[in-house]
Amino acid sequence: MSEIKASFLPVTEKRPSLNEPVGSMTQAIARSDDAPFDAIALYIFTGLSALAALVATALTKDPSFRFHGWIMLAAFLAAFLTMSVGLGSGRFRSDSTRYADGVIRAGVIATMFWAFAGLSAGVLIASQLSWPRIFYFPDLAWLNFGRLRPLHTSAVIFAFGGNALIATSFYVVQRTCRARLAGGAWPWFVFWGYQLFIVLAATGYMAGITQSREYAEPEWYVDLWLTIVWVAYLLIFLGTIWKRKEPHIYVANWFYLAFIVTIAILHLINNAAVPIGLLESKSYSAFSGVQDALVQWWYGHNAVGFFLTAGFLGMMYYFVPKRVDRPVYSYRLSIVHFWSLIFIYIWAGPHHLHYTALPQWAQTLGMTFSIMLWMPSWGGMINGLMTLSGAWDKLRTDPVVRMMVVAIAFYGMSTFEGPLMSIREVNALSHYTDWTIGHVHSGALGWVGFISFGAIYCMVPWLWKKTGLYSDRLVEWHFWIATTGILLYIAAMWVSGIMEGLMWREYTPQGYLANSFVETVSAKHIENIIRTVGGLMYLSGALIMIYNLWRTIRMPSVVQTSPGLVASPALLAAE
Amino acid sequence: MSGLTYETVARFAQQGGTVFFGLMFLGGLIYALWPRHRQAFQRLAHLPLEHDEAPDV
Repeated sequence: MSEIKASFLPVTEKRPSLNEPVGSMTQAIARSDDAPFDAIALYIFTGLSALAALVATALTKDPSFRFHGWIMLAAFLAAFLTMSVGLGSGRFRSDSTRYADGVIRAGVIATMFWAFAGLSAGVLIASQLSWPRIFYFPDLAWLNFGRLRPLHTSAVIFAFGGNALIATSFYVVQRTCRARLAGGAWPWFVFWGYQLFIVLAATGYMAGITQSREYAEPEWYVDLWLTIVWVAYLLIFLGTIWKRKEPHIYVANWFYLAFIVTIAILHLINNAAVPIGLLESKSYSAFSGVQDALVQWWYGHNAVGFFLTAGFLGMMYYFVPKRVDRPVYSYRLSIVHFWSLIFIYIWAGPHHLHYTALPQWAQTLGMTFSIMLWMPSWGGMINGLMTLSGAWDKLRTDPVVRMMVVAIAFYGMSTFEGPLMSIREVNALSHYTDWTIGHVHSGALGWVGFISFGAIYCMVPWLWKKTGLYSDRLVEWHFWIATTGILLYIAAMWVSGIMEGLMWREYTPQGYLANSFVETVSAKHIENIIRTVGGLMYLSGALIMIYNLWRTIRMPSVVQTSPGLVASPALLAAE
Repeated sequence: MSGLTYETVARFAQQGGTVFFGLMFLGGLIYALWPRHRQAFQRLAHLPLEHDEAPDV
């Protein structure tokens, strides 16, 4: 990753500007090579972090902790050395007459890299379920299904989805506030700090370092690191909104802000834990028993609601109108959509704990609020789809628009299916079966994946100053291969999920269970293979996209005369 | 502090919370549906279509 790092440092070469603005900001830029305060603060912070990592690595007796200590030390040292070189050269000055797009370009690359990693892990574990004799590696414990399954989940949700959210939120907040990102060099801290979090999480799962909380496996010190990164992210986002030139805060920013703030709160409460020592990797949750379960699923479902829904709705409310060149169908509906979504989602978590020790009234509350979510979800879906009013032809002519529209359709479908599955009697059949897995993937592959791919297909030519994508035909291929893959995946999981749910509850006339567990597993063999093929097709689509984007970035840039739009030679040289 | 039992705290949080959240949501709804905001919203619906070149300074 170090080559990427070097080539994606902020670019600040000077060029004559046609409408040179006056004011203190310009003087700050003109004042040559003095490193700005924010960069010096980041430099000191990186140095202190390296020192802390060095001390912790040297003193700990826990090999797991030392393993992560080395990774952190290497990351902080690399950042510190890069900054030592960069500070002297004046690279860290930020030009307030231009948008900070370098960090977004890096975010796009990271998003596609983690998409490849996360989807590949998914195909591997699907193969393990389909052909356990071939893909079970007794000598490689860290490639076991039990360790790769959370790695796949987190890689797709947090590494792919998280990078897509951070990159697009930085893009959208600048354009809709008409202001450069706040914080100078700190957006780069958020970017690299988040990648470090991903590496620590992923290596932790494979090495067996986990606090075994769904979607929140990383141990306490990794959680603390993510807290620092996330607070910086929040402050940058708020700072950009604070200095906005547009009086109103556009609705996409409300969705992004709800995502950032809620994830911060969820993360802090769900990960409240006591480490067994300050130089030990292991910790114990601050909660116990049913309270612990409720906190976990309050977190878990709101990770779905605020990470996988609210953030990506922010994406939808910017990129869909932008791409089809039509206004939002109903801005009023978008405000109602926002407030009803966030007021209702936060209560839905208990539906994960039907028929458990959780009090019946709390289960019913979770179920009721889940059913109420139909209204804002479908209101938002209608608002997204109807934004195409007057431009429906683009559905036929522009494969990127089609991808985003199918994403919204999957959003509608999975937010219809979810409330259905939250009903206690339906849940009795669906819970713990593949139906849940299929539901999650119609949301993740259909909604989250496609809206992110659509946004990235939009952004890459804009960010790298190209006339368009390298090939629309390849987008067509991506779209059809991936869509067919999703349909194979979810159809197979519906069949296998309902089948195994029915098999689990089948009794003999004598009152014994009719099927042993292993019989229900072997009954799913064909569906598992279909699922693997579906996943492989989705991965192939992503690979086509990576190739298409790479060729797009290599195309000659459009050179424009207006300041702030001129293609940067340093970035062209970056490949 | 004898009056501050679990029941009183829970009742305050449950009933007060319901009223507080209900009123906040109502406030959002009134803001969204207020007739005079119609024109501003029509302008805002077009916001993504502008300003993608350079920030205002």
